[in-house]
Amino acid sequence: MNLLVCVSRVPDTATKIFVGPDGKTIDSKGVKYILNPYDEFALEEAIRLKEKNGGEVTALTVSADDATDILRNALAMGADSAIFIKAPAEPDSYQVAHNIANSVKDKNFDLIFFGRQSVDFDSFQIPSMVAELLNIPSVSVVSKLEVNGSKVIAERDIEGGKETVELSTPCAISAQKGLNEPRYPKLPDIMKAKKKPIEEVAFFQVDAAVEVISIALPVNKRVGKILGDSDSDINEIVRSLHEDAKVI
Amino acid sequence: MSINRNLTNEQIFLRDSVRRFAEEVIKPQAKDLDEKEEFSYEITAQMAEMGFLGAFLPEKYGGSGLDYLSYIIIVEEIARVDSSQAATIAAHNSLGTGPIYDYGSDEQKENYLPQLAGGKLWGFGLTEPEAGSDAGNTKTRAYQEQGEWTINGSKIFITNASTDITLGSTVLAVTGQQPDGRKEFTSFIVENSNPGMECRQMKGKMMWRSSNTSELYFSDCKVTNEYILGKRGDGFKQMLATLDKGRLSIAAMGLGLAQGAFESALNYAKQRKTFGRAISTYQSNAFKLADIDMGIELARNYLYEVCRMAARGEKITKESAIAKLYCSELAHKAADHCVQIHGGYGLMKEYDAERFYRDQKLLEIGEGTSEIQRLVISRIIGCFD
Repeated sequence: MNLLVCVSRVPDTATKIFVGPDGKTIDSKGVKYILNPYDEFALEEAIRLKEKNGGEVTALTVSADDATDILRNALAMGADSAIFIKAPAEPDSYQVAHNIANSVKDKNFDLIFFGRQSVDFDSFQIPSMVAELLNIPSVSVVSKLEVNGSKVIAERDIEGGKETVELSTPCAISAQKGLNEPRYPKLPDIMKAKKKPIEEVAFFQVDAAVEVISIALPVNKRVGKILGDSDSDINEIVRSLHEDAKVI
Repeated sequence: MSINRNLTNEQIFLRDSVRRFAEEVIKPQAKDLDEKEEFSYEITAQMAEMGFLGAFLPEKYGGSGLDYLSYIIIVEEIARVDSSQAATIAAHNSLGTGPIYDYGSDEQKENYLPQLAGGKLWGFGLTEPEAGSDAGNTKTRAYQEQGEWTINGSKIFITNASTDITLGSTVLAVTGQQPDGRKEFTSFIVENSNPGMECRQMKGKMMWRSSNTSELYFSDCKVTNEYILGKRGDGFKQMLATLDKGRLSIAAMGLGLAQGAFESALNYAKQRKTFGRAISTYQSNAFKLADIDMGIELARNYLYEVCRMAARGEKITKESAIAKLYCSELAHKAADHCVQIHGGYGLMKEYDAERFYRDQKLLEIGEGTSEIQRLVISRIIGCFD
């Protein structure tokens, strides 16, 4: 089986994020980057399919920054090779999707895996865009997957329940948490990952469809005040509503 | 922990992977195993699967092929959550497989190392009831008769020596007298299947309660010449070199424990409120935390540098003594502050502070007491010349 896993390099979920001086990007100084957590489910599923049916797993990423670190992570988990497409500037989903589709259209992948979303910009767009560009079926937020030859049965999470769908390869799958239990990279595999090939592919120029105008940190929720029912407390509520909140 | 201290990308990734394994697999079980004083075969198998048991052994022996610093980082990361599991890994690598890899014959290496990288454990029998720091006073003797050696004596406090998955131990014995009148020492490989060796697990430990500690008894224990490690008479030299490196493992355990205790104390101090304020905002607590953070930063820089020296093959007798002494005393201070900041809760088993407080104490005693480390350092700087 020829399997592709598209991965994304995202800030560690525990990292404190600051907005860069241009007001449109994240200040990457001191930020730790990791493999997008949802992509781990995608990788694990592809590696299991390879272990069961034979074949190869390729990891791919499109990034404006050097993303070889997360590709090595994917290789340490068990991918056989990787493709790195370096973008000249932060690409939007449309550019990423075009680049993925363009670089894999002749490679005859049976299944193309994605995480259901990348936890930095959360657009949820890339899996369906790539499938559309490649003219293959896609199914998103998959929490259970069965592959028998060219027949694929996927169970996906929908509001308040599950939906089971059937499709055939080649197809695109976006992975939901719970699809599997991703493995820990073993030490010998981390060492072996150093020797696995990472192919660099030139960026395919296409105009962005979306322009970021600004990004901002969420405003801290104001902490509620709890007061009692004595006269002085009531006076304090009136004063607070009048002077602090300015609603009366 | 955001500063990467000249680590390679692989070392950073390896550290993060081990940390995740330690947090998700070891940490949830640490308290319970400590309470029951139980060695976990399940965790040991998982650690073997991860490649921790043959950390720096080359691939051809089934090892992970890591550099020495990467191995030290593994020990540090495990000790950050549980000293017992870190002890299993540290003792197995630096004292168990280390001497066989450094001094064993090709046959010995091919026979034992793949098994030891794959899930079996090995002990290092040096300490005796009357010979700890004073290893020269070793009473275990071996005499040769018609090409066969007979060992008699006993060993104590031997890590990993009596589990169901222990293959054997390296045993230091007196084998005669050198021309200058000093004792001749030789290291022997003794398998647990040898009927002349009895391994007894030691119970009732204050610390490292889910690691395996044993007494070994030798009564007319027979081995042939093929079971000598290296050459006859090399035992003492092998032991000293093994301990030089072994001290780095203990230093890593101290550093990891200090880091774990520091994080636990800082988290608690930021959550716990007294008189309407988080207790981390009181200078008496804030300064304790600042002191420990400073100690950890300095200790980590120094230990990592000594590991790089060791990897270059430089002599590290003084440096490893300094690293071991500094990191173990740092762990002591960090665990002490951690309990103090937790107040009454720090005295309860429910919080990790209590376990850190007990576990750190070995570090100032095992593999050379703090007093011995000071002796090593003061000798090398020429105090007694």
